[in-house]
Amino acid sequence: MSVDLVHYLTVSGLLFGVGIAIALAKRNAIAVLMGIELMLNAVNLSFLSFSRFSAAFAVKDEPLDGHVFVVFVLTVAAAEAAVALALSVLIYRRRETVDLDRINLLRW
Amino acid sequence: MESLGIIVAFYLLSAIAVGGAIGVFLASDLIRALAFLVLSFVATAGLFLTLSGDFIAIAQILIYAGAIPVLIVFAVMLAPLAGRNNGNGLYLVPGVAIGAAVAVTVAFVAVDVEWSTLSGHLLAERDFATTANVIGDLLVGKYVLAFEIASVLLLAALIGAIVLVREDEPA
Repeated sequence: MSVDLVHYLTVSGLLFGVGIAIALAKRNAIAVLMGIELMLNAVNLSFLSFSRFSAAFAVKDEPLDGHVFVVFVLTVAAAEAAVALALSVLIYRRRETVDLDRINLLRW
Repeated sequence: MESLGIIVAFYLLSAIAVGGAIGVFLASDLIRALAFLVLSFVATAGLFLTLSGDFIAIAQILIYAGAIPVLIVFAVMLAPLAGRNNGNGLYLVPGVAIGAAVAVTVAFVAVDVEWSTLSGHLLAERDFATTANVIGDLLVGKYVLAFEIASVLLLAALIGAIVLVREDEPA
């Protein structure tokens, strides 16, 4: 019995699926943002597990490109959270709601 | 990755991470959902540690489990109590169906593909001693352009967030 790439990728897929369900099903804009953060986090997990289990481990130097990708994902997630929350505060100020089913000004 | 400690840690942390994510879905109050989100992120940081990603695990705790929840708490607290409802929208059934489909697809591919033939051999014994040095070298070496662009992106997001929520001063 051992823990391999398969296990990590399965957990990553589960987290991503729950994130998609939250992002699509929730009514509150902030809850949707939480779902997106969960999805980004699941992708980070798969990046790290591929980095850990890659064949390049056989060579001497450490193949940490996946870790660098995760650093950039963290940066983008922080920037995205700041802008999205500013937008939700702004929308609340204009429309008195952050209910996505009622923010339909741009509907066809 | 055959040692008992790693196996126990993996299954425990995975259960907490996925359970926390499901808790975000099921919680009725947005603040409680946020608490479940932090739980899930901390458990994921533990999973990163089992992958010998020490730097990323600490950064995960600082940013995902620290900074972003503080931002979200601010945004939630700026809306009134009625804005804390974590209810489901019009697309509950299709959303859950798509999420389940994606999860099942990823899990099926992960189980079905013979990873050991694609990636050579799994080298469980080559754990990283520390990753911070190599990550630093890569950030200012191979990926220096992306590093600079990320700094500009952060500056733009900072200014954008301030400009968006600034009250207009009377002229």
